[in-house]
Amino acid sequence: MTEQKLDRRDFLKSAAAGGAAAAGGSAAIVTPEIAQAEPTPPAATAVAPQAAGYAFLNLDEAAFVESLVDHMVPADEISPKGTDLGVNVYIDRALAGAWGKGERLYMQGPWRQGAPSQGYQLPLTPAQLYRAGIEATNAHCRKVYGKSFDRIEDAQRQEVLVGLSTGKITFDNGLPVRVFWTTLYQTVIEGMYSDPIYGGNRNKAGWAIIGFPGIIAVHRDHVEKYRGKPFPNSPVGISDMS
Amino acid sequence: MTAKLKEVDVVIVGLGWTGGILAKELTEAGLKVVALERGAPRSSENDYSLPNIRDELRYVVRHDLMQNTARDTITVRNSPQQQALPMRRLGSFLPGEVVGGSGVHWSGHTWRWTDMEFKIRSNYEEHYGKTFIPDDMTIQDWGITYAELEPYYDGFEYTAAVSGNAGNIGGQIQAGGNPFEASRARDYPLPPLTPILASEMFTDAARNAGYHPFPRPSANASQPYTNPDGSKFGGCQYCGYCQRFGCEANAKGSPHMTVIPIAMRNPNFELRTHSWVTKVLKDSDGKRVIGVSYTNVLNGEEFEQPATIVLLCAYAINNVHLMLLSDIGTPYDPVAQKGVIGKNYCYQTGAAATLFFEGKYFNPFMNAGGSNATIDDFNTNWAFDRAPHDFVGGYNVSGGFNTPLPIGYRPVPSGTPQWGSDWKRATAKWYQTAMVIGASGSVMTNRYNCYDLDPTYRNAFGQPLMRMTFDYKNNEHKMGGHAAGVVNDIAKSMNPTRLNPASARTDPWTVVPYQSTHNTGGTIMGTHPRDSALNKYLQSWDCHNLFVIGANVFPHNSSYNPTGPVGALAYWTADAILNRYVKNPGPLVQA
Repeated sequence: MTEQKLDRRDFLKSAAAGGAAAAGGSAAIVTPEIAQAEPTPPAATAVAPQAAGYAFLNLDEAAFVESLVDHMVPADEISPKGTDLGVNVYIDRALAGAWGKGERLYMQGPWRQGAPSQGYQLPLTPAQLYRAGIEATNAHCRKVYGKSFDRIEDAQRQEVLVGLSTGKITFDNGLPVRVFWTTLYQTVIEGMYSDPIYGGNRNKAGWAIIGFPGIIAVHRDHVEKYRGKPFPNSPVGISDMS
Repeated sequence: MTAKLKEVDVVIVGLGWTGGILAKELTEAGLKVVALERGAPRSSENDYSLPNIRDELRYVVRHDLMQNTARDTITVRNSPQQQALPMRRLGSFLPGEVVGGSGVHWSGHTWRWTDMEFKIRSNYEEHYGKTFIPDDMTIQDWGITYAELEPYYDGFEYTAAVSGNAGNIGGQIQAGGNPFEASRARDYPLPPLTPILASEMFTDAARNAGYHPFPRPSANASQPYTNPDGSKFGGCQYCGYCQRFGCEANAKGSPHMTVIPIAMRNPNFELRTHSWVTKVLKDSDGKRVIGVSYTNVLNGEEFEQPATIVLLCAYAINNVHLMLLSDIGTPYDPVAQKGVIGKNYCYQTGAAATLFFEGKYFNPFMNAGGSNATIDDFNTNWAFDRAPHDFVGGYNVSGGFNTPLPIGYRPVPSGTPQWGSDWKRATAKWYQTAMVIGASGSVMTNRYNCYDLDPTYRNAFGQPLMRMTFDYKNNEHKMGGHAAGVVNDIAKSMNPTRLNPASARTDPWTVVPYQSTHNTGGTIMGTHPRDSALNKYLQSWDCHNLFVIGANVFPHNSSYNPTGPVGALAYWTADAILNRYVKNPGPLVQA
């Protein structure tokens, strides 16, 4: 699985070197083949393989995000894996969109790190933070394991995520690890549990994990009817009701 | 070039609950009123309708109805020794920025604050002696009584469709209500909401422990309702998307579907949206205000709107900011303890436990804004002796849910991994089978918890941001410890399969994550201009034709949500303006 991604990215990079125009078009063609080549567990069979088509992520970042979300959200009896849920697509769209570009973020200096209680203080939009954080994480992986995050073994990925989440890893470029991790983690959660109109939670399979029924119009009569009983797990999203 | 507009009787800054109530009352009495609202016009029909309103990412995570911090924010620090830094995005609290303000996205919890708060210093000195109150705790009496405010609470409850069980009507304790509430003239307009399983289980456990549980009074109409003004409410749908959302059923009492449309139909009223007030203008002798300056944020054009009366009705924080920017009243100095504008900023605190019951389906996604059951035994109850615990104030405890939507709420027992298959299995197992018991606690004033203007950072209009200096003190830590103990005792008595216990908060206040949009103080009401900014009619001691309405007038914060007294005080002020001030303009209380 990792080897195939490696092949794809190397292919795209060499194609880009030979003729820049080839890269964009190739991604859409190559991705489904990769997806199909992977063993699909039962929970994922209903999900049609779909080309991501990225608006923000470059090749290294796409490989990072895909391997990240598939590690954090593995395919199992509970749900399809992260990329089959579209978490990578959600993240790409969020970074490409208004939030990623710093909408609603106060971006005037002077810039000081401050105390943790003072919240986010970096001179970076979320997209810039993500970009710098992926670069720094890959630099860490290359230093420790000799390969970027998407090419290391599963156990090594686990080690990296534990290091990021606990702050045991520090970045050589000065980027605060905890700030990057907090953003990374939050966006994975958003990609699993936001409405499918944003590109993640594909087929509402994220909501189905926990039995969240989505945007039920009226629960008024359900309060009594389902008191202490499970509610049917067939989630409804915004596009279903539009 | 600033265009000077024609003078009006009244200009209102900000059109949420308080601005809406005053706009309706004053235009009905014949005054010409202009409201300036920095946000956009929004309506239930067009903006809060199905299916788009059911969008957790847009409304909860991305703050669609909230103040845009890119344009204006505050700076924050925990102590005067710290360098304040800008709150670069919202987190701990969420001021609204649309027509209707925070009254659109609130949950509807509506409490009557009592003389326990309004006479706080007198009460504690009487019960426990003067030395019980720490020297640096600047609590003071409000200068108003519950009896004075009772009819206005009633008016607000009937306007906003509050559902609940009365606990005390005319001095008679009522079964099923809050026995500690102050006497009310009549019941709530609507019966309580249908209880959910979590609130029923909490109710049983609290009762077994000897406490007095009751359904939380909330402006979520338990059935279709027409209020005394003729505003029509649908019945609550228990949709689970209440706090931070507009209500598509018009079941949540909100200004944009009650008082504001009534004012809009009145030819005496004009609303200008996208209008950002930058300053209140004083006349040359500083005894009166003469209007406001504002900017049309759609094109940058600047205007001066002269008015006979100016009403500041923005969010609590922004009202204080405008007073400081306009140089009205003396700014508060925490070292000398002189001055009043910026004094006594308060917040709230809390402690919460999560209870996991294997196989018990709570269906957390089915609830109203006010589905929780509550106990008030450690709050408005003098029988709870604070002396052995050595704290001032109190807390209420409730069981149920608070916006249990899946991006923000997927409870798992402590020690569960944060990702991977085991994490997914835990979220799958516990999302529907967990419930929460939480305490909401008061925060007493401290001389160093205050606002002033930041020396460094500026907003989009080139004006200094307001600086908030705030942290919890020992009083709150002690109360938090007591609250956590009570929460955990109730939780354990329910025999959950797993329990994430409540713990007392001892870390500094932080700007993330969300805590509560219950910021109080800064331009407080009181009995004397020496220690308050406003008199009991919310009239500026300095400029008699300026009134400032909102939770910024609270001299301290209780454990209750603030909107009950905010709404009541808006009606109270409208009454004072119409029946006293207009007839004889001047100070309504002699200093």
